[in-house]
Amino acid sequence: MNEQLALLPQYLSAHLRLTLVALALGIGISVPLGIVLTRNRRLEPTVIGVASVIQTVPSLALLAIMVPALAALGLASIGYLPAIVALTLYSILPVLRNTVTGIYAVDPALIEAARGVGMTDAQMLCRVELPIALPVIVAGIRTATVWTVGMATLSTPVGATSLGNYIFSGLQTRNYTAVLVGCIAAAGLALALDGLVRALEIGVRQRRKVLARTAMGALALIFLATGATAIPGIAQPGAHRTVVIGAKTFTEQYILSAILGDQIHRETGLPIKLVQSLGSTVAFDALRTGEIDAYVEYSGTIWATLMKRTDVPEDRGEVLRAVGRWLSDEHAGVLVGALGFENTYALAMRGSVARSLGIRTISDLARHASGMTIGGDYEFFQRAEWKAVKERYGIAFADQRSMDPSLMYQAVANGDVDVISAFSTDGRIAAFDLAVLDDDRHVIPPYDAIILASPRLAREHPEALASLRALTGTITPDRMRAMNLAVDRGNRSPTEIAATFIRSLGEAKRGQ
Amino acid sequence: MIEIESVTKRYDGATAVAGLSLKVTAGELFVLLGGSGSGKTTTLKMVNRLIEPTAGTIRVDGENIAETEPHLLRRRIGYVFQKVGLFPHMTVAENVAVTPELLGWAADRIAARVDELLRLVELDPATMRDRRPSALSGGQQQRVGVARALAAEPKVMLLDEPFAALDPLTRDRLQRSFLAIVRQLHLTAMFVTHDMVEALLLGDRIAVLNEGRLVQVGTPRELLLHPADDYVRQLVETPTRHAGAIDRLLRTEGSR
Repeated sequence: MNEQLALLPQYLSAHLRLTLVALALGIGISVPLGIVLTRNRRLEPTVIGVASVIQTVPSLALLAIMVPALAALGLASIGYLPAIVALTLYSILPVLRNTVTGIYAVDPALIEAARGVGMTDAQMLCRVELPIALPVIVAGIRTATVWTVGMATLSTPVGATSLGNYIFSGLQTRNYTAVLVGCIAAAGLALALDGLVRALEIGVRQRRKVLARTAMGALALIFLATGATAIPGIAQPGAHRTVVIGAKTFTEQYILSAILGDQIHRETGLPIKLVQSLGSTVAFDALRTGEIDAYVEYSGTIWATLMKRTDVPEDRGEVLRAVGRWLSDEHAGVLVGALGFENTYALAMRGSVARSLGIRTISDLARHASGMTIGGDYEFFQRAEWKAVKERYGIAFADQRSMDPSLMYQAVANGDVDVISAFSTDGRIAAFDLAVLDDDRHVIPPYDAIILASPRLAREHPEALASLRALTGTITPDRMRAMNLAVDRGNRSPTEIAATFIRSLGEAKRGQ
Repeated sequence: MIEIESVTKRYDGATAVAGLSLKVTAGELFVLLGGSGSGKTTTLKMVNRLIEPTAGTIRVDGENIAETEPHLLRRRIGYVFQKVGLFPHMTVAENVAVTPELLGWAADRIAARVDELLRLVELDPATMRDRRPSALSGGQQQRVGVARALAAEPKVMLLDEPFAALDPLTRDRLQRSFLAIVRQLHLTAMFVTHDMVEALLLGDRIAVLNEGRLVQVGTPRELLLHPADDYVRQLVETPTRHAGAIDRLLRTEGSR
């Protein structure tokens, strides 16, 4: 609990920064736009229509779309910028619609009076229309505030730190304290900001200067305190010397990113930043563009998904060498080394069922599959390996279900699904007595865990690269499984486990 | 003071005002009288350019208004209308101060003017100044409306059925105080109404409009004695008959 609360200032201020900047931009766009629409009524259906369509895109999808969209424009595609752009777009509709509605709702008699006393159009807008529409506009801003605070938790997978880090990593590592802290903090923040905006409105409308000034001051103070005036996403890459380590969205990745970070920091003293819970291909793109400096990838993922190879060589080393060549030739990236274990996709089922049906290989499973349901993580059924398994084994399940990787093991253990696409290093395979089926036709490529480094890290910090190279071959499959299990079942944090590992590494070195 | 020369206003083929010519002399309270659709309000609103004429020329104080910026023209002309249109987010004092503020008067001059005007329309500045329009009765609201129209010391006032929505007693009180103000300030006023009694009681002269055309212009006495046609005759007949009936009633009561 204390460990979670220690992260609160960092996550909360990052979350506030995202929310406030997105809201400020959203209001800055939609209030003027709404005013323009009330003066050009023909534009209104089109513009409101576009804003409504944006709103109907599921928020997580809108954030995800920003990554390739910004990359196509040559902009920073992970981290702060995609999150800000998506959150801003999302906050536009409520404010825009309420601005238009609020101004239209002004009594025509007041418009006639405003003209009659000799106001220009601009004076009428500022002195009559906007003040009278204010409560309606503020209602829109309050809606946008609550939405944006909620949606900002979803910016974690595109690489922006937020209270979502609690929720995403908490779900993956079964740390429900973290999930709860994240949810409560987000809800509290939404209520607090909503209350401040409301206080500001009442203060302005009823001319209670003290109230208005207090609310405005509080908002300004929060804004400054989070450093929201600086726009980190726009900062030049390389302007800071921090080494950025990426991690995908599962326990092993959290542990490994912490190990990479600790190792570099211990050996070189460079400051480290971890960007966790990245989508699978987001991580590679981020490395390619230099937005992260290093992360742990799996050789088979690059082989099958990025190099689009469908053959599976007998020799694991051949895949490793090919991946290394491809990485340096195509993307100037560096394959630093293999950690020493493989985390492959493997089909797993309940041990008792496998034994009673006599299933030991995927070929055995194929004969029983027509009555079975398979569960896989979000990307599994889209992956080349799954297509290859289906084709080569002629396997067809009655049903397939996508689910969160952290819930798959429990699901198969409970019998909710019959087979899952397990990760071979997951500690829960043993803990739940699951049977991993043999890939007897060698369809699934090897998945050696490999450290990848960005061209920038190789160029600017060869000493960091050397420190990572020292990790080559240091983690056995059993060691990885034990570390995963310690987090997933043993209630230990990835940071803690990583620190223990790095300490033991140092002791082993001294012992030599 | 107000010269309307061959002014026509057409909307998509329908003619609201057809070739109207009128002259309102300085210091005159001039009533435009007619039923709905007669073109009286359209005529009034063309004088402060809330409506632009299709053809013809209007001069205010010798100046062709088509050559004046509309908002500058309106700051020189007081405008009062039936719906009053007080700004609900402003206090009484702020409503009255609107036009002087637009003209950039100094704060102390505005404050003094506001109190002076509130007294002129028979409202107590001390108790009324800081109230919101929503806390006023209909009659009080229209008094503030008149004060707002007079704030920047206009020589010309335009009034569009200003008292039509008020109860008879309030209307009577406001009509009388309005008449006194017009005389006291030597205002030139154009006053639209559909109420013949109001026209007869207030107007120095009355112009009767029907279907966008001028039917007759004259003093109340001329209209009563020499109506130009049947339409005017019908208009003056009703109040005359009512007056006669009341007169007879009084005589019978008295002889009893």
